[in-house]
Amino acid sequence: MIEVNKENFENEVLGASGVVMVDWWGPKCERCLELMPHVEELAHKYQDQIKFCSVDTSGNRRLAISQKVLGLPAILFYKDGQKIDELSGQEIAPEDIEAKLKQYAK
Amino acid sequence: MKAGVNMETIYDLLVLGGGPAGLAAGMYGARARMKTAIIEKGRPGGQAATTWDLENYPGFGRGTTGPGLTQAMADHAQSFGAEFIKDSIVSLDLKSFPKKVIGKKGEYLGKALVYALGAEPRMLKVPGEGKLRGKGVSYCATCDADLFEELEVAVVGSGDAAIEEAEYLSKFADQVSIIVIHEEGKVDANQVSFERAQQNPKIKWIWNSIVKNVNGDELVESITLKNIQTGEESDYLVNGVFIFIGTAPLTEFLPPEVQLNQQGYILTDEKMATSLEGLFAAGDVRAKYLRQVVTAASDGAIAAVAAEKYVHETELWEKEVINSKKPVLVAYYNPTDMSGTEKIGLVDRFVRANNERFSLVKVDATRNELVGRRYNITLDQLPKLHVFFNGEIKHEAAEINENNLTAINNLF
Repeated sequence: MIEVNKENFENEVLGASGVVMVDWWGPKCERCLELMPHVEELAHKYQDQIKFCSVDTSGNRRLAISQKVLGLPAILFYKDGQKIDELSGQEIAPEDIEAKLKQYAK
Repeated sequence: MKAGVNMETIYDLLVLGGGPAGLAAGMYGARARMKTAIIEKGRPGGQAATTWDLENYPGFGRGTTGPGLTQAMADHAQSFGAEFIKDSIVSLDLKSFPKKVIGKKGEYLGKALVYALGAEPRMLKVPGEGKLRGKGVSYCATCDADLFEELEVAVVGSGDAAIEEAEYLSKFADQVSIIVIHEEGKVDANQVSFERAQQNPKIKWIWNSIVKNVNGDELVESITLKNIQTGEESDYLVNGVFIFIGTAPLTEFLPPEVQLNQQGYILTDEKMATSLEGLFAAGDVRAKYLRQVVTAASDGAIAAVAAEKYVHETELWEKEVINSKKPVLVAYYNPTDMSGTEKIGLVDRFVRANNERFSLVKVDATRNELVGRRYNITLDQLPKLHVFFNGEIKHEAAEINENNLTAINNLF
């Protein structure tokens, strides 16, 4: 997992080729903290096929809004710099994330 | 945390839900040396963990946070030996003994259950709300507030949660507009919070109004308000809308035997017992006057103590009455009724004279709830005698006298 912020988001996510998954979280978001170990596990499992990044939205608020993230947790998928899918605005279960990963890991 | 799939383990107390009610029940249960487990699908803390400033739990004033307090409760329960099982409940089998909880990862058995699954935020059910959830529509200020720094938000509702969360949001957002359905000056929240919010220069009040629509393409751009006095509708520009219009209880796993009130909350007696034997309810899911962390913890404590008594009485009854090889004379009495207790002496002498054939169990019907409830023993008909054999009532004597005892002697 690469810790991404407003300085390197452009480079690490939008400039990357292939699929990138970005986990948007915040230190006060209990659901995010709950999800985090599962995300790390998945990042390990799919590290060869997908690039994994995370953004702490505290301190990167404008970046979050630029990516239309206004609720946590949010999991966004990018391919060759384009947003292609997202999980947000609901209770995200680790299984939901893995289903997306399987879909994009080809 | 572990995913228990061990069917051999029978817990004395299974607590469903890891909010303050469940954590308090777990702590009391484990401290009373009951084998106790708390089943929670996520992190412990429940709704309280989604409130940042929590300053009304006695002894824990300003500076206390919801996640902090509930984590301390979880640690407390664990320190006395309560186990945490991380699993989602799929269904319940409450008619067997022990009762069975079927989860996604395993099945769990408990002699008594405390149902403390709480409640979840109620939705407005207006167009755009579902689509823009996480895109400006939120039910959790703690989670999302800092994303709204320098932006403008609306809060819908006027209860304690709405007013207090508006206060929290005002630390981040430039302006917080509270949409209140009531006429000017009337809110459902407590007066202290209301007065504080009125002093807050970032908070704006919109009275007599309801939300008809949440508008926006990718993110929330505005809400459509309707003035309920004039009927006039208008679009109001906001970047976010936080909805605090009450909660809905999570009772989907309960069979119809469990009585609910009209709003769907579980009805209990003052010992937190539901209408189903061995099932106790605690916290926000219960029909009650005040839904706060302190009352949830109180419910949990009562439920655990009552559950312990239930388990003890059930096991004793099984051993001494239901599983007895001999016919059992069960004498129900009221210890404050002198003439009644004298008649119990009669039964005592009878059983002693025939102790190869009968055994005796004396039940203080003023204290034993299980038996009173199962066999409809009311205090105005005491003393009273039942003869149990092979686990069932075979004979009943409303009067205790020599004649009736002789009849029992001839019957068995």
